[in-house]
Amino acid sequence: MSLMTWIDERFPATKVWNEHLAQYYAPKNFNFWYFFGSLAMLVLVNQIVTGIWLAMAYKPDATLAFASVEYIMRDVNWGWLIRYLHSTGASAFFIVIYLHMFRGLIYGSYRKPRELLWVIGMIIYVAMMATAFMGYLLPWGQMSYWGAQVIINLFNAIPVIGDFLSTWIRGDFVISDATLNRFFALHFLLPFILAALVFVHIVALHKVGSNNPDGIEIKKGPKGNKWSDTAPADGIPFHPYYSVKDIAGVVGFLIIFLGIVFFAPEMGGYFLEAPNFEPANPLQTPEHIAPVWYFTPFYAILRAVPSFAGTQVWGVIAMFASIIVLFLLPWLDKSPVKSIRYKGPIFKGMIAMFVVVFLVLGYLGMQPPTAMGTLLAQVCTILYFLFFLAMPIYSKMDKTKPVPERVTK
Amino acid sequence: MKKLIAILSLALLPLTGFASGGGVHLESANIDLTDKAALQRGARDFVNYCQGCHSLKYFRYERMQDFGLSKQQIEQNLIFGDHKVGELMNTSMPALESKAWFGKTPPDLTLTARLKHGGADWIYTYLTSFYVDESRPFGVNNVVFPNVGMPHVLAELQGVQEAVIEEDEHGNKHVAELKLVKPGRMSVEEYDNMARDLATFLTHVAEPMKLERQRIGIWVMVFLLIFFVLAVMLKKEFWKDVH
Amino acid sequence: MSSQGVDLKKRRMLITATAGISAVGAGFALVPFLSYWQPSARAKALGAPETVDISKLEPGAMMTAKWRGKVCWVVRRTEETLKTLKENTDHLVDPDSEVPQQPDYCKNYHRSIKPEYLVAIGICTHLGCSPTYRPEIGPADLGEDWKGGFLCACHGSRFDLSTRVFKGVPAPTNLVIPKYKYLSDTVIVIGEDDGGAA
Repeated sequence: MSLMTWIDERFPATKVWNEHLAQYYAPKNFNFWYFFGSLAMLVLVNQIVTGIWLAMAYKPDATLAFASVEYIMRDVNWGWLIRYLHSTGASAFFIVIYLHMFRGLIYGSYRKPRELLWVIGMIIYVAMMATAFMGYLLPWGQMSYWGAQVIINLFNAIPVIGDFLSTWIRGDFVISDATLNRFFALHFLLPFILAALVFVHIVALHKVGSNNPDGIEIKKGPKGNKWSDTAPADGIPFHPYYSVKDIAGVVGFLIIFLGIVFFAPEMGGYFLEAPNFEPANPLQTPEHIAPVWYFTPFYAILRAVPSFAGTQVWGVIAMFASIIVLFLLPWLDKSPVKSIRYKGPIFKGMIAMFVVVFLVLGYLGMQPPTAMGTLLAQVCTILYFLFFLAMPIYSKMDKTKPVPERVTK
Repeated sequence: MKKLIAILSLALLPLTGFASGGGVHLESANIDLTDKAALQRGARDFVNYCQGCHSLKYFRYERMQDFGLSKQQIEQNLIFGDHKVGELMNTSMPALESKAWFGKTPPDLTLTARLKHGGADWIYTYLTSFYVDESRPFGVNNVVFPNVGMPHVLAELQGVQEAVIEEDEHGNKHVAELKLVKPGRMSVEEYDNMARDLATFLTHVAEPMKLERQRIGIWVMVFLLIFFVLAVMLKKEFWKDVH
Repeated sequence: MSSQGVDLKKRRMLITATAGISAVGAGFALVPFLSYWQPSARAKALGAPETVDISKLEPGAMMTAKWRGKVCWVVRRTEETLKTLKENTDHLVDPDSEVPQQPDYCKNYHRSIKPEYLVAIGICTHLGCSPTYRPEIGPADLGEDWKGGFLCACHGSRFDLSTRVFKGVPAPTNLVIPKYKYLSDTVIVIGEDDGGAA
């Protein structure tokens, strides 16, 4: 009896291999935008492995944390590389995920029957943001400390329970060792929950099958291809075609990623921020506090909304709303077509506007507040919400193009 | 349409250059991290003039071997007191007392080159920018670090500088020029070189593995490029099946 | 689509080449993660050789030092003691130090560089307790044949004044002699000899 037969009698190895790889039929017209899912998995593995290794030498104690990071950088063999892989990986994770989400946005990958897939993806995104936020406190630098202080203080704005909530999250009246220790425990835990969510995400994907740049449902089209009589005509087995394509994608990505790790890990102060090369000092606030670049669009929205009726809570609400509104996307798009390729000029214009607005907000979130900047952020915030909230209207009145029967290149 | 988005996004990128604060003009230090002699002189000068107050508490003496010094040379010339070569470069200045004497404990300098905007240029400009200011406790101020608590430790070597202060339309004062009014034991060029050596040494100390990481990086890139070519060839070969 | 011979060969070659280069890459990638576990510079610094000043050590006396977190003994032996060491042979498990518990230059009856000074790691080779120095002749608890040595209180192992283990005790081997050398007549450094640091 062969080894595989022995295993298959006890575990559905070959069945899973076939159903999800060798005989899982994906549309044959995947383009550049379709690399980012597998790249996100690669980066997640990188973060978990390098993270565990860092945890072998890192000390989650307010008096020891900063020094332990320098210990890793200097005394631990290859510690510097593991550290740079982890810090670059955090930023790479967000770049990859934003591009992955953008793909979903332009090709309508959130449309029925993939609404749940999109929602699971959004849950993963929120988990990622929580993980990154807590991870950033761990080096216990000036920016770590004050960034966390500012963001957690936001909760104070919530009426009635605000102060209690902030204190409860911190475990103390200010960011302290108590906060650091619990953030370390949670930062270690969340990625595994994230990994489980990714598994669920892929189960959901495989149930309905992948979308594609034309937004055509290949399962509803003709059947029969080179590899199978029953599979969709426009489908190709994931393995070997997309496994081999993804390998090339991974290597291409590694060239850029490792290029940064080895030649520019600080990335001009965006990936490793200069103020963080100084230990946290609760008695001295840095001149300029800004969150890490991947949070700045939402920070800009938070700051843009003015105080009203004596409370700042509206900014906090706007910030959370800007993420919640993403969850609603599947139900806001009423267009008869999925993909941007066949949508009309209004939708295309709105997407272009959304991209510009998101980038401008991101830029503004990094700057110290100015009158001009705040005004621009307010305009952008309105446009941001308009993109979503007006979508049921403009997606319906848009003049779409006829969608082809079969996928195009 | 997608091209338009791409162009617009890329066009906005240069604006990010404004992210970090500007401010004081810094002189270019033009350091060379591969200059082992400069690093050795910088180490010597640091140990002699700076370590009395400032620690390099994340850097071990033995790491000076990286720029050509032997363990013996380090032990005999660069370690004062009873320390082993594997120990961290702490200072003997007591932290609490020094806060009382100077207003602030002299900070550790291991990461200064990565912390300060401008890095080596900041350190170099700082060391050459002390000037007389009677209003300060130690009689000096610094262009790059206004109201610094540090006395001009190297005044004997550099000499004494006076500032030419100018006022703009809004009444804001700034230092327009520094003039050497009393020469020190070193010539201007000698002191300049010393400041550069210290900036070189401190930049190295802030990230000692920098040159090694770049060296390894080149090999990684070469490997990945070959791998990439192979992976693309493999992909194209398989995709001949797909029409 | 016919599978031409050339195509299949090319595919196999490309797969093999890609698999090969991936394995090489994975091998290189593994190195930092494994090396990370090795003692760090801090561990090595803390475990650095320890310099000991023996100028004040009286004959018959013992002093302790610490190296790599372990108790180290320096004992200044007398002429009489050294004579008795040669007489212990029949009672010892490994009188000639065949088992490599010491550097080559300590493979002798006095298990040291100079016969006068013993340098040893004071950890019992049974289960790790630290034995007591018993230099007195014929005490009540050790019997009249006791000519001086070390007794481990935990399980009764006994060692002579060269820390060689006696027969009939739980400990299996002689105590470990670390690398060491003389910097001068009164200064030894434990953990380093002319072959380099331990």
